[in-house]
Amino acid sequence: MLKKTPLHRLHKELGARLVDFGGWEMPVQYRGVLEEHLATRNAAGLFDVSHMGEIEVSGEGALAFIQEVTVNDASVLANGQVQYSAFCYPHGGTVDDVTLYRFAPDHYLFCVNASNTEKDFAWLEQVLEEGAFPGVKLRNVSDEFAQLALQGPAATAILGRLTDTSLEKIAYYHFFEGLVAGVPAIISRTGYTGEDGFELYFAPAAAEAVWRALLAAGASDGLLPVGLGARDTLRLEMKYALYGHELSPEISPLEAGLGWIVKLDKPSFIGREALLKQKETGLRRRLAALVLTEAGVPRAGYPVYAGEELVGEVTSGTMSPSLRVGIALALLQPSQAAIGTPLQIGIRHRRVSARVAKTPFIRK
Amino acid sequence: MEFPEELKYTEEHEWALAEGDIVTVGITDFAQDSLGDIVYVELPQVGAMVEAGKTFGVVESVKAVSDIYAPVSGEVVEINEELPDAPETLNTSPYEDGWMIKIKVADPAVVDELMGAEEYQEFIEEEG
Repeated sequence: MLKKTPLHRLHKELGARLVDFGGWEMPVQYRGVLEEHLATRNAAGLFDVSHMGEIEVSGEGALAFIQEVTVNDASVLANGQVQYSAFCYPHGGTVDDVTLYRFAPDHYLFCVNASNTEKDFAWLEQVLEEGAFPGVKLRNVSDEFAQLALQGPAATAILGRLTDTSLEKIAYYHFFEGLVAGVPAIISRTGYTGEDGFELYFAPAAAEAVWRALLAAGASDGLLPVGLGARDTLRLEMKYALYGHELSPEISPLEAGLGWIVKLDKPSFIGREALLKQKETGLRRRLAALVLTEAGVPRAGYPVYAGEELVGEVTSGTMSPSLRVGIALALLQPSQAAIGTPLQIGIRHRRVSARVAKTPFIRK
Repeated sequence: MEFPEELKYTEEHEWALAEGDIVTVGITDFAQDSLGDIVYVELPQVGAMVEAGKTFGVVESVKAVSDIYAPVSGEVVEINEELPDAPETLNTSPYEDGWMIKIKVADPAVVDELMGAEEYQEFIEEEG
């Protein structure tokens, strides 16, 4: 039995095509991936991301616990600030990539990938049980939140019509608690598209009302409901990692190009020794961006060649709706990952030319 | 969704139209709708031999790769050369501007063995 978000009925009403996404029946598209992608880039898109998990950490020892389970440095967070981070296994592979919200020095919230929620929670509980973190309380509060993402250049104007919160005061990767269409919400200036915008967390019972209010408020700006299909192409154009593709138990954040969130100068965290060793001895492979220089659509699992030599594998690929060319992320031998390196992607019976590109693929 | 009466249909969602010994082939409205935005088309070369039930080309949408099967056996005598540069034509006009290849067949009667419009509609309703 697939899990459903509180907006499931509305998605059907809007004519969405629903698919199984990590155990959730989710809209992959409403009117079409290309149209939804471009609406988000040029106007705004509204995404139901209620499948995402939320895990609350509270208590006096919350920060010490979070410092141990995350690779980034949570001690720099102020109240109302968000941080991109990751959980790692002792061998350096990735449990999940997450965003961390600080409400108070003893109150935090992790937003985690939907299909990893139970795994993450069990892993956190295990770390908590095995370590010395007195007074830390963990709660899987995923069922207490619906989440919508409003993304695009018109997002601020649209949301501004439904809230008294001064949106201009919410800086990137910060949040406020305010009312949206009269509903108490966490208003977070974050997203997964590369556009300005917000992620809104609120009670599931209010999901339909907030969704309808946002769609109505943004209709004149060209706001469209957007499915997971365009969510994927949007994030891919920005080189944002997707767990299960660019990150996994076998892929470390360093290999995935996320060295900027791995704070090896933090005295202790799970995976630190392995990641330090990876850094000191040199990475076996690293994530690079590829742009096809002839027609074709690269996809996850396709091999990457330098001449006759197999040098890596595509982790995600698509036809870029913005650029109208094939783009891919690939784990490559580091010697082949320099910008401009000419490579070939094996697409069925063909070898299609590509080169290593700068990212993000699109210039904002 | 439209399924013109004059066309014949396959279980793999191609359509075929016989005119003399030339059979024009494309994908159905159902196929293009299921695939979504089509962004890449691969066709055989003129002169290639295709075999009924075997793949002759590929259509890719943003999300999926789909093999296209030949409804009949024969020689490819013409391809829609505009398609690779305008794959979205398969979405907007699957039965006309979006035709894919023309096959010269030995016996045009083989086309009559394919499904008619009504039968095909029943087939996709049962399948879906």
